[in-house]
Amino acid sequence: MKVLTLNFLTCAVKTCKASSDSFPLHPKDAELASDDVELNPQLLVNLLPRIDWNALRTTSTELGFPQLPEQPPTAEELQADEKMLKDLHTLLMETQLMEGKLVCGHCGHEYAVREGIANFLLPSHLV
Amino acid sequence: MDYLIRFSQSHETFRLPEIEALAVIEGIDMKVVSYSLESPFCIVSLPSSAAAKQLIQRSILAMSVHELWGSGGDLSTVHSHVRETTSHLWERYMTCSFKFSIDSYQGSRTADEKVSIINSFAYLGFAGPIRMRGADEEFTLFEDWEWNSTPLGIPDPKYYYFGRYLGSGARDLPKKLDLKKRRYISTTSMDAELALVTANLALAAPGKIMYDPFVGTGSFPIACAQFGAVAFGSDIDGRSIRGDEKNRTLKGNFEQYGLLGRLGGMFTADLTNSPIRRVPLRYDGDGVTGRLFDGIVCDPPYGVREGLRVLGVRDPEKCPWVIPKGKEMYKDPDFIPPRKPYSFLAMLDSILQFSAETLVDHGRLSFWMPTANDENQEIPVPTHPYLEIVSICTQSFNKWSRRLITYRRIPDVEVDPRAMKAREERISIGKTADELNPFRKAYFSKFEA
Repeated sequence: MKVLTLNFLTCAVKTCKASSDSFPLHPKDAELASDDVELNPQLLVNLLPRIDWNALRTTSTELGFPQLPEQPPTAEELQADEKMLKDLHTLLMETQLMEGKLVCGHCGHEYAVREGIANFLLPSHLV
Repeated sequence: MDYLIRFSQSHETFRLPEIEALAVIEGIDMKVVSYSLESPFCIVSLPSSAAAKQLIQRSILAMSVHELWGSGGDLSTVHSHVRETTSHLWERYMTCSFKFSIDSYQGSRTADEKVSIINSFAYLGFAGPIRMRGADEEFTLFEDWEWNSTPLGIPDPKYYYFGRYLGSGARDLPKKLDLKKRRYISTTSMDAELALVTANLALAAPGKIMYDPFVGTGSFPIACAQFGAVAFGSDIDGRSIRGDEKNRTLKGNFEQYGLLGRLGGMFTADLTNSPIRRVPLRYDGDGVTGRLFDGIVCDPPYGVREGLRVLGVRDPEKCPWVIPKGKEMYKDPDFIPPRKPYSFLAMLDSILQFSAETLVDHGRLSFWMPTANDENQEIPVPTHPYLEIVSICTQSFNKWSRRLITYRRIPDVEVDPRAMKAREERISIGKTADELNPFRKAYFSKFEA
């Protein structure tokens, strides 16, 4: 799964949804892979308002990528900034989480990621 | 100017919604002048020939689009119409190579008749070379015949249209994505043609984010990615995504079509306990914050060929050991969480609620649902105050049919708060699959009341 996906996912446990600690999930023992994907500036601009920037900064640091700026760029700034486009593209669209775990910062539940597919099914006592 | 769209005479109820969706995607102002489910010829009014070409280029159900030069109930009316409206255009085509052909729907002409009809257009005065292949301009006379006209001996069609060819649809795409040649499919994979139509109705396009919560082997995400969108998907059964973990996997399907770059992420999850980030519905949102998807496409399990289950224990009193056992075992990588049957109507409701919470303004939900053809057993189209129905298309089988329903997420300010208050959770209290699913019950009792 692309790193972008991590920005869309919280803990699946209903009682965790209210806690800000349940998002983003924290990668653990992560194995990353990199794909060659064609850069689509239109996609990144479209994504900008949907990305939770603070969560993305956390994820980026946790995966060992350079620190992102504190404030997200505006759509105009992003379009004009080739380096920013390239960096975001590499992080969100080209980097894949292949193996490891995603851990909820609130309840500590670990979701296994195998061959790029995370498993969010819950045992009955958490449903 | 008026343009003629030549549809294929199949999936009739899907054709106009598809073209209307394409007009939205391309931002083209289109007015339908004449259309009928019984005819493959549709007349629309468009701002330009360039717009007509653009409109049709990714249509699955339209074959071609033509600049309409004339039409009428008999040939002489067509000729006078052509003379009246297009004589100023003829000069442009004086010297280019050209081709004339006749396209008869439900009828036929002998070769001699065809030649004499084509020769009756001699007054156009085109002097360029005639080329049957690769001509610069192609002119077609369309004939709309009564059904069964040849055996009935009907001499002439009921209507004629004459037009200049502009462009073709994407009728080759269903062949490219054909299930017969796809590496990995399952019993309920959606056929390529209808998956592509679904992606068109949901406005899949470059730069957009689409999601399928019942992804299976990935038919819908593949169709969306084919149109340039980045596709996400999930399924309660991870095995369908993983396949055999070698060649036959969902990812392998994307690879087969060269779409790997547009595969966003796939994960195992249950829609009723979804990990997707959401914010509660409100009436004054900015239309963007907290909402992720441009489109949601899915074919939820009907509970007939594919069971309809969600996480949970069906009868905790009967099997009290299941929950404690799960508590003990759930960290085991091989642990499979228990699942229980779920109400089909509640599932439809969950899809609508989820879509209202995650679609951006004017984003679309397109999903398939089955219904009995008998009016008394018909399952009503589900509604939600945040979603406006755009189109309902029907594919009919013997005693049941399935519908492709498309909704538009309306902006918060347009939502009627009273409608939201009035909306009551319709959670069924049944336990068995039949009690929970009126369609399943009717299906297995052969739709007999």
